[in-house]
Amino acid sequence: MAQETPAGDLRLANLTKTFGAFTAVDDLSLTIGQGTFFALLGASGCGKTTTLRMIAGLEEPTSGQVLLGDRDIARLRPYKRPVNTVFQSYALFPHLDIFENVAFGLRRRGIRSVDQQVRQMLSLVQLDGYERRRPTQLSGGQQQRVALARALINHPQVLLLDEPLGALDLKLRRQMQIELKRIQTEVGITFVHVTHDQEEAMTMADTVAVMNAGRIEQLGAPADIYEFPATAFVANFLGQSNLIAGDVFGSNGSDTMVTAHGARFSVPSARARTDRGPVYLGIRPEKLQLAGAAVQVPAGSQHLDGTITDASYVGVSTQYLLRTGWGTELSIFVANSGAQQRFAVGERAVAYWDPRHAFLLSRRADENDRTTPVLDEPVGASS
Amino acid sequence: MRISRWFAQHWVMGVALLVLGYLFLPIAVVAALSFNRPSSRLSYDFNEFTLDNWRNPCATSEMCDAVLRSVQIGFLATVAATLLGTLMAFALVRHRFRGRSGLNVLIFLPMATPELVMGTSLLALFVSGGVPLGFWTIVIAHIMFCVSFVVVTVKARLAGMDRRLEEAAMDLYASEWQTFRRITLPLVLPGIVAAALLAFSLSFDDFIITNFNSGTTVTFPMYVWGAAQRGIPPQVNVIGTAMFGIALLLVLASTLRGRRARRAAVPVTAPKQRAASRS
Amino acid sequence: MSAFAHVPTGSGQSASPPPAARPGRYRFLPYLLLLPGAAWLFLFFAVPLLQLAAASLYDPEGSLSTGYTLTWAFGNYPAALQQYWPQFSRSFLYAGIALVLALLMGYPLAYAIAQKAGRWKNLLLVCVVAPMFTSFLVRTLAWKTILSDNGWLVGLLRDVHLLGPDGRLLATPVAVVLGLTYNFLPFLVLPLYASLERLDYRLLEASSDLYASPLKTFRRVTLPLSMPGLIAGTLLFFIPATGDYINAELLGTPNQYMIGNVIDSAFLVRLDYPQGAALSFLLMSAILAVVFVYLRRAGTEEVL
Repeated sequence: MAQETPAGDLRLANLTKTFGAFTAVDDLSLTIGQGTFFALLGASGCGKTTTLRMIAGLEEPTSGQVLLGDRDIARLRPYKRPVNTVFQSYALFPHLDIFENVAFGLRRRGIRSVDQQVRQMLSLVQLDGYERRRPTQLSGGQQQRVALARALINHPQVLLLDEPLGALDLKLRRQMQIELKRIQTEVGITFVHVTHDQEEAMTMADTVAVMNAGRIEQLGAPADIYEFPATAFVANFLGQSNLIAGDVFGSNGSDTMVTAHGARFSVPSARARTDRGPVYLGIRPEKLQLAGAAVQVPAGSQHLDGTITDASYVGVSTQYLLRTGWGTELSIFVANSGAQQRFAVGERAVAYWDPRHAFLLSRRADENDRTTPVLDEPVGASS
Repeated sequence: MRISRWFAQHWVMGVALLVLGYLFLPIAVVAALSFNRPSSRLSYDFNEFTLDNWRNPCATSEMCDAVLRSVQIGFLATVAATLLGTLMAFALVRHRFRGRSGLNVLIFLPMATPELVMGTSLLALFVSGGVPLGFWTIVIAHIMFCVSFVVVTVKARLAGMDRRLEEAAMDLYASEWQTFRRITLPLVLPGIVAAALLAFSLSFDDFIITNFNSGTTVTFPMYVWGAAQRGIPPQVNVIGTAMFGIALLLVLASTLRGRRARRAAVPVTAPKQRAASRS
Repeated sequence: MSAFAHVPTGSGQSASPPPAARPGRYRFLPYLLLLPGAAWLFLFFAVPLLQLAAASLYDPEGSLSTGYTLTWAFGNYPAALQQYWPQFSRSFLYAGIALVLALLMGYPLAYAIAQKAGRWKNLLLVCVVAPMFTSFLVRTLAWKTILSDNGWLVGLLRDVHLLGPDGRLLATPVAVVLGLTYNFLPFLVLPLYASLERLDYRLLEASSDLYASPLKTFRRVTLPLSMPGLIAGTLLFFIPATGDYINAELLGTPNQYMIGNVIDSAFLVRLDYPQGAALSFLLMSAILAVVFVYLRRAGTEEVL
């Protein structure tokens, strides 16, 4: 952390949390810029919620610091922190009406006239007129907005969102994603959003951190992470990837040369995470094209032969599985733009790609090909 | 054919209503006798309708003294048992500590021990300790057997409460004490009230344990017991009917309130999640 | 003692141990919270029980006026058992018969309220609890009126020749068993209801869909699933019923006396503390033995 941090940035420094023998968060360090929309993305149990709870003060770190500006707040009680949380289940107080729920934080800080602020906040989340309702009388989406208003009214320096959209159905979730993003832009508060939904993280956040087993695997802008993942975990957690096991055998300056299953490929060195040893050659399914024969492959592309084993027509695209000579099945998404040749199961076909779309990741020597079957987990599906 | 199917579907309800009738039969008798002018002191037959017993429930002043004493004892025992039991319930649900299982046994056993055994053992304690039997030994005994029931009732309510509500309150600038006062207590209160009502009804109606530890002090059940030998004044039935009426109103009111509170105590989740948790 | 407190236990007891509270800060808080209540139970429940155990071994020659000495007189037990064996066995017999009757009445009642009552559920539940608020003794005395020789019930039974012309109900074992059944029935119904209420109606439909007759559905699905409530209810019925002596006193005669009557008079009339204590302990251990065997046969540990 050499660079200067402007006051108000949220910094986690060597944050660790263990529960008995289990390490939930492992020496985590990161900086979240003031006013940014930051997403912590990971599967359940990866430590993302524990991280959030340590920032909120609901969990005390085993070691490490939580710095807000220059102040270490890691050991302050939750009510002493300028941080508020939108809980996964909203945790609205069932015995208080909407108005009192929203006013709760202000009242606890001894503010007497809360009327105007509460009404303003309710109109920000488009719930005017709901003041005297009880939480149970509201729909899931409305409850979610009350939870948001209840946190935002306190003008926290950081707003924590713990899977706030997890309980909503798909359509409502999309709508709330847009709304959350709008509100964040409007109020300019730092949002730390925990989610396991990669699409949600990508559409909303300025910066995404992918967590796995208590550590951050990769941190960056959504497009950067997607286009050039740092690890095999990220490549498969964020979208899908075909990862072909290979070995680096040299470099010609701008390109790194790889052999995989007896074939030779090259990847621009700028898109290689390593320049030696066992690697994964990664290509996203939508970056693969299909041709009937090798002669149809454009110059400059690299290709693999195989047999189509599955073709699923899903409207905007057709998703193919291509079994390569050595038995691995590659996923290929072909946009249904009308210009493409259609392939039937059993046909021979050639998959080709622009080497600039491939990437190289380091691999443990004992790991084999990792490809995600198309139908297993379509893009955008959550949980 | 149709009749036999109707019978197959409804016989359980029919039996249930008959059993309920069985449960209410003596109550009906008590209510009827409360309007009776008995022909003689030892007669329990319905003789003549009168409102005298209701107009003048304290015709037998010993009985009203006994009722009053029972209310006093019930009140003291309820307050103490509710306090002790609620504190224990909080510790059991909210904290980890050594000796948890031993304590659970200590709480469970009084509910599984015959009252007779508790009554006799307390008597042995008081006698050997030279404690004079009377009002206060009754109170001590009643607190003892009510505490377990309070613990169980409050514990159930507390365990069903969503901990995240308290976290949310702390997150919203409520200190530990404010969280307790504004969130925890209001949400657990129905359980505490139910426990208190239960404790009172247990104490008010207790005969066996009281009988061993009362000395010469007479509570309402003790009075009824004594009077049963000599002939019961009809006013006893007035008290019985009134107790039933008051309790019925209280139970109905708390059921209505409880229905609202229960709806409120369900963790606020979207239908989808709720459906998932049900399966 | 009333049992509706047991209704919610199912959820309460099974809750997993709570997460550790914030270390350090509140380490002594749980002990502080527990101390008054636990001390009370220890002092006025556990200690007296131990003392009663000691009293049961006092020299039987002593008396309240001359004082007792602890002579480890284990002979008190066989002596008491021998002397009061009829009352002792009668307690279990009456309570057992009453239990069977209560099950026959209570199961349909609990089932109907839980599965058939729909929106009347709460009202019916109140109806089960409500009679308990009229004093236990007053209710039992009301039974005395109902069962009396010149009451309508006896008259009716004589008319239909279920009773002989001078047959009677009061002061017979029938009256005592009826009283026991009546007084403790709600204790059985409430836990049973709690467990039947959680029963998913779709399971029953699935069972009949799979060609099970109603009887088979009951035996294979309903009954096993209601087992926890059935066990809890059975115990809550059986324990107080066995130790009861009020029904025998008010509805029976000395020929129907149960062990409770004997213990009562040992302590309050004959002032024979060693014998009363020995009988109390015999009662308690007999109940515990029955409960233990029962739990073993029922094959469950998760009661209460």
